Amino acid sequence: MLDADSISKPMFVPPSEATTLPLFDRVHEWIVTVDHKKLGLMYLGYGILFLVIGGLEATVMRIQLAIPHNHFVSPQAFNELFTMHGTTMVFLVGMPLLFGFANYMVPLMIGARDMAFPRLNAWSFWMSALGGIILYFSFIGGNGLYGAGGAPDVGWFAYAPLTARAFSPGHSTDYWAIGLLVSGFGSIGTALNIVTTVLCMRCPGMTLGRMPLFVWLNMVMSAMVLIVISPLTAAQIMLLIDRYLGGHFFDTQAGGSAVIWMHFFWILGIPKCTCSSFRDSRSLRRLFPSSRASRSSDTPSWWPRP
Amino acid sequence: MKVAPAHFCEKAMNECTAKALDNTAYGQQSSGHRSVWPEQIRRGVATVRQLLSHLETVGRCGGDSWTNVPVGRLTDGITGAGSKVLKLNLTTGFWLVGLQTVLVTGAVKASTAASPADPAVPSIFSPSSTPAYSIYHLSLFVLAVTGFIFVVVFSLLAYAVIKFRLRAEDDGREPAQIYGSNQVELAWTVIPVLIVVVLFLAAARVIHAIEDAKFPPGTTEITAIGHQFWWEYQYPGQGFVTANELHVPVSDREHPTPTHITLLSADTNHSFWVPQLAGKTDLIPNRVNSMWIDPHETGVFVGQCAQYCGTQHAKMLLRVIVESREDFDKWLANEKQPAATLDSVRQGRHIFETTACVNCHTVAGTNAKGKFGPDLTHLMSRETIASGAAANTQENLRLWIKDPDAIKPGSLMPAMQMSDQEIDAVTAYLLTLH
Repeated sequence: MLDADSISKPMFVPPSEATTLPLFDRVHEWIVTVDHKKLGLMYLGYGILFLVIGGLEATVMRIQLAIPHNHFVSPQAFNELFTMHGTTMVFLVGMPLLFGFANYMVPLMIGARDMAFPRLNAWSFWMSALGGIILYFSFIGGNGLYGAGGAPDVGWFAYAPLTARAFSPGHSTDYWAIGLLVSGFGSIGTALNIVTTVLCMRCPGMTLGRMPLFVWLNMVMSAMVLIVISPLTAAQIMLLIDRYLGGHFFDTQAGGSAVIWMHFFWILGIPKCTCSSFRDSRSLRRLFPSSRASRSSDTPSWWPRP
Repeated sequence: MKVAPAHFCEKAMNECTAKALDNTAYGQQSSGHRSVWPEQIRRGVATVRQLLSHLETVGRCGGDSWTNVPVGRLTDGITGAGSKVLKLNLTTGFWLVGLQTVLVTGAVKASTAASPADPAVPSIFSPSSTPAYSIYHLSLFVLAVTGFIFVVVFSLLAYAVIKFRLRAEDDGREPAQIYGSNQVELAWTVIPVLIVVVLFLAAARVIHAIEDAKFPPGTTEITAIGHQFWWEYQYPGQGFVTANELHVPVSDREHPTPTHITLLSADTNHSFWVPQLAGKTDLIPNRVNSMWIDPHETGVFVGQCAQYCGTQHAKMLLRVIVESREDFDKWLANEKQPAATLDSVRQGRHIFETTACVNCHTVAGTNAKGKFGPDLTHLMSRETIASGAAANTQENLRLWIKDPDAIKPGSLMPAMQMSDQEIDAVTAYLLTLH
């Protein structure tokens, strides 16, 4: 079947040709892509977009706090701002930046062609994005405490029983719970994907012991995300059962426990902070050694040598 | 990036600084050359220092409240002596003056809002009770340990960054990659573990000392109940209930007479926090928590709900009034009395007792037996209303009945929709509740 003509034809379409496609096709290509590099970049863009939004919210809060007895925003709006800022920074900035770098770098660094589950990867990204959209849709679609305002105003930790129907009527808390639930599905998917990729798709010869530290950190963080997001997702479902199906998990009026929500939330919250610090230190660890100058004679004499 | 030799930089900097000084002397904007910055920064820092000392002097004269910068005094200061100090540095510090102007304008605007009258400033660094002392000393210890680590780590980091920076004579090859060192890896594993163990033991010791303290006879028992957004205080066995301002007896260091507070919540989570007296303890619905204080000096100690509890969490303030044993007993005796019933305010009392007021408020000795809002039996013995949001004056009381949102937007007290005459009558009645 192979004649000279078909052999001479390139099997791979170079990227320069892709850029000549019409705008619609190019956007469409990003939307339907399962390529880990494209998804990684999209994760990073998503994280940076929400970083800007969260930063703006923080700016408004600082203006309010700049002078005592300021009336720049109402108490209601201020409560919405710190709830949205906290939720945004932890779930819509921290998580995507973590996964963005991991998605882009990990397959390249371990010699894999792509992530282990490319379609799951795309699905996870779009679930995360949908979670962010649902959360921010609350600004126009929700109702806060006492029917005022729109966005969730129960704090980013949303302690029960403030989230109960009795104290938080309207739908703002539902937007918060469903937004985090949906983006939580995405986070679980990607974390699973990264762990599987690292464990199963390393190139021949790359044992776990020889794996770069950066990949190690990504795998550990993903495993942590896998462990800690699941309880939060469960807690969100329990909260929704409380709010819609008359459950009493966190309903203190009916014998529920407010403390159990704290446990569910902070089993996520504390490791998530660790993840964030790992993410930053891991990036620094990539940057420092490779940009260090090459004067090995400058290594201090007391530094132990192997 | 190439770095110019040091002597060149120094020369250029001197020239520029001289030029900048010239410009400053004539009140012109300096050239904006980079080397001007050290001088600019020095002057900026001096301006900030002057501003701070100015604010501090003003603050020491007594502010309007601990949540409120001393508004009136600050405005006086800016039109008086303080502004002269600032004008001296106008060229370099003009933005600071601008900032302060914005602050003052905003503060004057804000001062129209009702504000309580108290000069006390809550600070964990001026403890006045045994639990607060323990926490204060622990925090100093932790600060010392972490400060030492910070200095060591960042000195090493700065050393490495400067020593191994890219230089012109570098050949651009990848440096020798040194892998593994048992000594170093052991050191940076074992030492942090030891530090964490030490910090853990120090904290555990303080927690044990506070949580497992034995209470001597003569301990005052109080039950505090958190509500959205105010505090209810019950004195078990004394037969009365009060709100927002907690009276406790002073405690002697030799013969302590502490106060044990049982913490409950009527709705959402709250947290009882008076920084000078003790750490935070949450009030959680469906759960009994407790804490204790033994204030060593008399006076007013201010605090705040420290667990987000809803719209007006920010103005869920609390004050602890520490009194000598005699004053405390006098206060107790007064609180046990039923409410005053003066004939002169019969009209106001009638309105109060025949409207929705009684659904939420109690006035002992009358048919007002509501439990949802604060007990008003001895309302006028309190310095503030609306959980510390406003001073307890006739105007504020009137405003509070007419439009609670003007003082505390989002509070659960409804506007009572009374005529002005009715509000006046009710206010007059409330003013007799000593």
